[in-house]
Amino acid sequence: MKNKYSIFSLIKNALSGHENWQRAWRDPEPKKEYDAIIVGGGGHGLATAYYLAKKHKMTNIAVVEKGWIGGGNTGRNTTIIRSNYLWDASAGLYDHALKIWEGLSQELNYNVMFSQRGVMNLAHNLQDVRDLKRRTHANRLNGIDAVWLNTGEVKKFCPIINTSQDIRYPVLGGTLQKRAGTARHDAVAWGYARGADQLGVDIIQNCEVKGIKRDGDQVIGIETSKGYIKSKKIGVVAAGHSSVIANMAGLKLPLESKPLQALVSEPVKPIIDTVVMSNAVHAYVSQSDKGELVIGAGTDSYVSYTQKGSHNIVEETLRAILELYPIFSRMKMLRQWGGIVDICPDASPIISKTQVKGLYFNCGWGTGGFKATPGSGDLFAHTIANDEPHKLNAAFNINRFVSGNLVDEHGAAAVAH
Amino acid sequence: MFIINCPYCGERDQTEFSSGGEAHIVRPKQPTELSDDEWAEFLFMRKNIKGIQFERWNHSHGCRKWFNVVRDTSNDKIHAVYKMGEKPPINK
Repeated sequence: MKNKYSIFSLIKNALSGHENWQRAWRDPEPKKEYDAIIVGGGGHGLATAYYLAKKHKMTNIAVVEKGWIGGGNTGRNTTIIRSNYLWDASAGLYDHALKIWEGLSQELNYNVMFSQRGVMNLAHNLQDVRDLKRRTHANRLNGIDAVWLNTGEVKKFCPIINTSQDIRYPVLGGTLQKRAGTARHDAVAWGYARGADQLGVDIIQNCEVKGIKRDGDQVIGIETSKGYIKSKKIGVVAAGHSSVIANMAGLKLPLESKPLQALVSEPVKPIIDTVVMSNAVHAYVSQSDKGELVIGAGTDSYVSYTQKGSHNIVEETLRAILELYPIFSRMKMLRQWGGIVDICPDASPIISKTQVKGLYFNCGWGTGGFKATPGSGDLFAHTIANDEPHKLNAAFNINRFVSGNLVDEHGAAAVAH
Repeated sequence: MFIINCPYCGERDQTEFSSGGEAHIVRPKQPTELSDDEWAEFLFMRKNIKGIQFERWNHSHGCRKWFNVVRDTSNDKIHAVYKMGEKPPINK
C-alpha cells in the first residue's frame, strides 16, 4: 500500500510541519466505460466498491456521487453500531458487519475510531421487558452477546440515568450488548474511499445521475452531469433517493423517504461512556470523543426530502432525554440536522438483484444503516460480482414483498422506526 | 413542519394531522382474484416522489376527517387541498 499510515509516517510528516501529506484519493474524470458502476458515494457505496476490487478483483469500476463522498447520511447519523436484532436473518446480517468492524481500522490502515463501549436498550413498561428479554434470548441463540440488566444493574452501568420509579416512564431494566458501540462516521467513508482508490477504483464526485439507460431488460449505462458512462453492471446505493433512481429505470420500490433528525450539544467533559437507547420514549444518547452529546430523534411521519425535519420531533426526544438524564437540563444544543432515510414496510433493508438485468439495489436501511456499512458493502459486492446473493443477504431480496417472507424488524429491532 | 389547510377546519399546524401516505391507490375490487405481484403492488410499492406528490392526510387531533393534499416533497410546500372523492385540482 503506497502512502501507508504508521507511526513513522506520522513522525516524518510532523518533522516537515505536516505540509507533505499526500491526498488520500485521486479526483479522476469518468472513463467511457466501466465493468461496474456504484451510484452513491456514501459508506455503503464506497465499501461496495472496495470489496468488489479487493475480494472480487473488479478494479475497472467507478463510484459516482452527486455531492461529495460521505456528505449524505454517512455524515448525518449518530454512529451507533450493534447487532442485537431479533430475527435470524437480521442477526446474521448485522453481526457479519460487526465482525468486520472489529478489524476494520487495521484492514483499511485508517483509524475509524471503532469503540466497543456497549449499547444499552432500556425497557419502560412490562411489554418492553417481555420483548427485550425475548430478544436477549434470541440474540444468544444466534451467538450474539446480550445480557438482561435489572434496574439496579442499569444504574450501575450508567449512573447518570434517573431510575426513580416515580417518573412517567420508569426504567424497568434493559439489555446490554457489550461488543456494540460507535465509530467515527466520516472516517469510515474516507477509509473505504482511500482503500478503494488504491485498488484502482475511480471515485467521481459532483457527478449526478440523471438517467439509467436500458436495452430491453439489460441495463447498459447511466446519464450523468459529467456525460454518458457505459456499464452492464450498476449497483445503486442511494439511501433516501433510491426511489428517485429506481423511477429513472422504470422500477418502483417499497420505500418511503422521510427526514430523520439528530442533534449535538456543546462539548463537555466525559459524562456518559456508553450508548443508551430507549425505544418506548424514543431517545438515544452517546458522547463523541470531542465531548458533544450525540442525540438521535425520530422520523417525521410523512414523506419529505427536505433534510430538515419537524421541530416537534426534536421536542419529544429532548423531553424524554431530560426525564431520563436530569443532569443534562442546562445543556445547550449546538447543531440540529436531518437526513433522508428510505424505510421499508418491514424495516429491513433490500440488498438485491432486480427485474432489470445488471441493475442491483442496496437500499431500505431506514433509520439504522450506518452500523451495517462494512457488511452491506461486502454482501452487495458479492451480489454484484456473482449476479447472485450471498447466503447472508438472500433473505433481503426485493421479492420478499411478493412472496410475503418479510423480515419484520419493526419494533423487534430494539428501536422504534 | 408546515401549516395544513383542513377543508373542514381551516389552517392548523401539521402536528394536528397524521399522514396517510400516497393517495389514489385504489383498493382492489376483486381481492380474491389478485396475483401475488398485484398484492405486492397494492400493499407495498410506492412512488415515493421527490417533487409533487398526491397524498392523504387525516386531521387526527381535530375533526378526524380524511382528505387529500398536493404537496411538493422537495420543499414541503402545499399546492392544493381537496376532499375525498373530489377530482384533484391539479393534473396528476
